[in-house]
Amino acid sequence: MGAAIVLALVVAPEDADQGLSQRIFYIHVPIALTAYFCFGLGAWKALLLLWRRDSRYDLESYVAIHQGTIFGALTLVTGSIWAKASWGVWWTWDSNQLVLFLVLFLFYCAYFMLRFSLEDGPRRARSSAVYALFGIVLVPISFLAIRLAEDFIHPTVFTREGPQMTGTMFAAFCVSWAAVTFLAYVLYRVELAGKRLDADLRELREALAP
Amino acid sequence: MVTGPNGSGKTTLLRLLAGLAAPTRGSLDVGVDRSRLGFLAHEPLVYRELTALENLDLFGRLYRIAERRERTGMLLERFGLWDVRNERVSAYSRGMSQRLALCRALLHEPDVLVLDEPYAALDEQGAALLDRELDELRGLRTIVVSTHEPRRIERLATARLQLA
Amino acid sequence: MRYLADVATLTRKDLRVELRARDTLPAMLLFVLSTLVVFHFALPTGTADDAAYGLLWVAIVFTALLGLARAWVPEQEHGVLDGLLLAPCDRSAIWLGKTLATLVFLLAAQVVALPAFVLFFAPLDATALAGVLLANVGICAVGSLMAAMAAAGRARELLLPLLLLPLVIPLVVGGVGAAISPEGERYLLFLGLYDGVFAVLSWASFEYVVTE
Repeated sequence: MGAAIVLALVVAPEDADQGLSQRIFYIHVPIALTAYFCFGLGAWKALLLLWRRDSRYDLESYVAIHQGTIFGALTLVTGSIWAKASWGVWWTWDSNQLVLFLVLFLFYCAYFMLRFSLEDGPRRARSSAVYALFGIVLVPISFLAIRLAEDFIHPTVFTREGPQMTGTMFAAFCVSWAAVTFLAYVLYRVELAGKRLDADLRELREALAP
Repeated sequence: MVTGPNGSGKTTLLRLLAGLAAPTRGSLDVGVDRSRLGFLAHEPLVYRELTALENLDLFGRLYRIAERRERTGMLLERFGLWDVRNERVSAYSRGMSQRLALCRALLHEPDVLVLDEPYAALDEQGAALLDRELDELRGLRTIVVSTHEPRRIERLATARLQLA
Repeated sequence: MRYLADVATLTRKDLRVELRARDTLPAMLLFVLSTLVVFHFALPTGTADDAAYGLLWVAIVFTALLGLARAWVPEQEHGVLDGLLLAPCDRSAIWLGKTLATLVFLLAAQVVALPAFVLFFAPLDATALAGVLLANVGICAVGSLMAAMAAAGRARELLLPLLLLPLVIPLVVGGVGAAISPEGERYLLFLGLYDGVFAVLSWASFEYVVTE
């Protein structure tokens, strides 16, 4: 299964024969989309936690957001590479996508600081859930803000060329997207299982201790 | 009456009863809402920067007590705080602020009183006043008291719970 | 309505406590003035006026952070928050009371800061001021909630800025845009949107954050 993922990730970019800049695009965009999806999943689990008061959702929400943050960091890295390949700079404020991810990345890093600073328990679960919901609402609001900022505060200097996708390129893109999503899903399940095991072990240890 | 050594979970149990903590597993139904429950904790649960009168006025409003002023005055007098009613709680001794906490707990004439080690922070005068109060309220209300000095209220207890 | 009466009671209480303790508001005033002076030295001559507006917003945000860091401190002394939670009032009323009180403090600090800004740097028109007012609401609404979250944990003074700053970025965009853009109304609308969405979200989620 692992081999299939790697193969898919490598084959897809090689299908794109447009040069490094376009190749990164095939990885960068799926990673970004996956990150959004993970944040959304985290927020959904958070909502379920608050609504159904089942603490099971806390771990699921946490792992989803953890994945989202990892993919978010990857988005920033691949985006930076893309920027270098396309415009010769490692960072640009002109890519709305990139700036949005920077803001979100900061926000979700603070999520982990929040979890770190609270003691394990229902309060931590609930506060994290509320914060996760704030995060997902922040996505559209931040996007709007960045658009508005672009209009008057930081006017665009570079023109952005989104790649025009023909049929085969689109197919390659979809393969890549599917592969990344699948990778994310696998990582999510693995981490969730691992964390659940940790939690069960801890409970057992506490129960057995006199 | 709830007894048990330190760390046995007396405070947790009482906080659960008061609705300040939620059980991590299962559910708990106390059957009475917050407006008819009074709670005394280790901390006085009053604002340091406000006077006794202002504190009780605040809680009186939040609990929507009728004849707030009369009731406040009566309680302050009963617990010997009338003379210092206009001084800030920051100037009170520990015993005095705990007496004020008692006033706060009794302010709205609750049906259920939950007292967490009430004698621990009370001074001599306060302890005597509490004794008198418990004597009077004994038949009229449900009172849950946790303590590690059971002898004091032994005679009043109708039920006992020992936590290990 | 009882809810509003509770909120009024709680707001009045917060104002009274601050009036007695007198620690937060003077600190905020001094901080914002000092910051403005620092900015004067931080900006080289020849910098556009517009840059000053950006700095104004930095000053506002950090002054608000100062105020918010102390917002829940009275409730933590003597465990008073438990006392409030025991009362039959709605939990969200506690949040609303605190938010309104913090808003008053922030406005009080700005009553001094804004004229000082105009004196030291650049003029402020009606749109810019409206931007400040709208953003205040957003900062206090979200800030009260985040401050309550941070207060429950360790290192709360460090945690609050981390939690709040990303959320405040759209407000800064709105505020600066309202000040410098010819189409300032757009930014005011955006600030209104932010306020509406996040205030409601904060109002609804406070209960979950503050109960054990």
